[in-house]
Amino acid sequence: MIKYIVRRLLGAIPVLFGLSIILFAFIHLLPGDPAATILGQHARPELVDAMRHRLGLDLPLWQQYLNYVGDLLHGDLGRSFVNNRSVVDDFFVRFPGTVELTLAALAFAVGLGIPMGRWAARKPQSFSDGFITVVSLVGVSIPIFVLGLSLQYVFAVQLHILPASGRIDPRLQVPYTTNFLLIDTLLAGRPDAFVDSLRHLVLPAIALGSIPLAIITRITRASVLDVTHEDYVRTARAKGLTEKRVDGRHIMRNAWLPVVTVIGLQVGGLLAGAVITETVFAWNGVGKWVVEAIEAHDYFVIQSSILIFALIFLLVNLVVDIGYAFLNPRIRYS
Amino acid sequence: MATKAATPATVRVPVESRASRGLWRDALVRLRRNRPALVGLACIAIFVFVAFFAPWLAQYDPNKGGLGKTFEPPSAAHWAGLDKLGRDELTRVMYGARISLVVGVVSVTVGLTIGGLVGAIAGGVGGRIDTILMRITDVFLAIPGILLAIGIVAWLGQGLVQIMIAVAVANAPIFARILRGSLLSLREAEFVTAARSVGASRTRLLLRHMLPNALTALIVAATLALATAIIDVAGLGFLGLGPPDPRTAEWGTMLTDSTEALRRAPWLIFAPGIAIVISAIGFNLLGDGLRESLDPRLKR
Repeated sequence: MIKYIVRRLLGAIPVLFGLSIILFAFIHLLPGDPAATILGQHARPELVDAMRHRLGLDLPLWQQYLNYVGDLLHGDLGRSFVNNRSVVDDFFVRFPGTVELTLAALAFAVGLGIPMGRWAARKPQSFSDGFITVVSLVGVSIPIFVLGLSLQYVFAVQLHILPASGRIDPRLQVPYTTNFLLIDTLLAGRPDAFVDSLRHLVLPAIALGSIPLAIITRITRASVLDVTHEDYVRTARAKGLTEKRVDGRHIMRNAWLPVVTVIGLQVGGLLAGAVITETVFAWNGVGKWVVEAIEAHDYFVIQSSILIFALIFLLVNLVVDIGYAFLNPRIRYS
Repeated sequence: MATKAATPATVRVPVESRASRGLWRDALVRLRRNRPALVGLACIAIFVFVAFFAPWLAQYDPNKGGLGKTFEPPSAAHWAGLDKLGRDELTRVMYGARISLVVGVVSVTVGLTIGGLVGAIAGGVGGRIDTILMRITDVFLAIPGILLAIGIVAWLGQGLVQIMIAVAVANAPIFARILRGSLLSLREAEFVTAARSVGASRTRLLLRHMLPNALTALIVAATLALATAIIDVAGLGFLGLGPPDPRTAEWGTMLTDSTEALRRAPWLIFAPGIAIVISAIGFNLLGDGLRESLDPRLKR
């Protein structure tokens, strides 16, 4: 097992190396001079030169690359050239919002997807199966921003039962300690604010969770159907076990492996989807940060945020693979 | 088809009573019986028809404003209402189909060409070249799709061509992976071993025997990718990275405009929203149908 983990970790090194080259090129192959881009087209040439020097753009390319990688290894992701704030600091302020949203979306997708998939598999080709299949088809085909806007319109604008945007009502004035609002409100001993931030979470979580919900439902259905026809399930029924026991001990035990893998694989999609969901719901997370950076042409923030997203994605995939290898010994030895 | 070429002519197989019509014709027969796939095909037909004939179908000019009051609700004259400049929303959705269709098809074709080439070289040649190509693919796969596309548009600047490149690059590594995977699984297949044993060259093995059989997975993936491409293009437009000319009728950009007036003119979400969903459902259904009919072992 340890050998497998080490092998996977070593396998990530070339990917990280490739990423650093691409992201380095991102800044250095920008059409035009980055220094001039930062200062705008009417900047005086001596100011542009000074900026080039400040950014180290007057050094040879190989040295610039080594500096970039050196900074990365020291955890220095540079500064935004719009507001001169440290990218790492800004990231840690924004990240908890994205984690909260992603986990809520995942909980929604898993909590609803698995029971729906099992229900659909119970009677294949029945009305309920058809209904669930259609729901999951619409789920993968409806873009987050269309669903998000529709939810906002129905539940916030028309029915007034849930807030349309933001993470919490700013009038509640909760002190931010961890930036996880669900935790902060509890730490501050404010159940009213906790409920408010929970209510803000509902619509974005549904919008973001719709695609994973559809995929998890489909996989659960297919995987349960696969196992249902196995000999050992027939044997279990034949020896007179109750349907509940057959379902719990014989079917689900064997059906959940692909489901778990797919749940893990959704995390990457959720992070990417967060970029759009956060924009729709004015949710102060990493995704909105990226979009703001693009609007402001803040290239260092774009570069670093793509790097951070990729790192998280790689890490999650690694954890999923290791978890999978842990559950399925056949993978470890291949 | 390729399997036939691999079978020496002298070997007769009398057991098979019905002459095989070949993979593609068999698949077509199965596809015709697949009701969801036909629904998908109908959705795609509507989408393509509207895109082609938008100037004849639409009653108004997509860029002519002041047709009535701004933000006018749907009426008999304007089925989907008027937008913030008093332009007919339905007309703009029809013209938007042209952009989605062109950008979607071009970007998937380009992605398919790049990814297919990389995958064919990696899976066909193998060895060190395979390792290097797959590591590069891994790097691109490490960046979540839409984020990669966002980064590329941010880098290249806004424009339809840039969007096509961005979506193509985001798709290419996925295609490369799929083709390489199916080539690798075919390498040890019996008909390939047979062809190899009668002395077929490596190029012939790859081009005549392995590639035609590996293409099925790629075709399914490309069909499904068209759905994602349409959604991604609209997503870029929604994030403000759409075509630079604000007059362009693009579904994502139209949705962004509608968010500004969600309280005043909520109906503006529906026309572009429904258009995106119908076209995406079409390609998703057709892709699933193709997968099932190209691989009859798959059960529904």
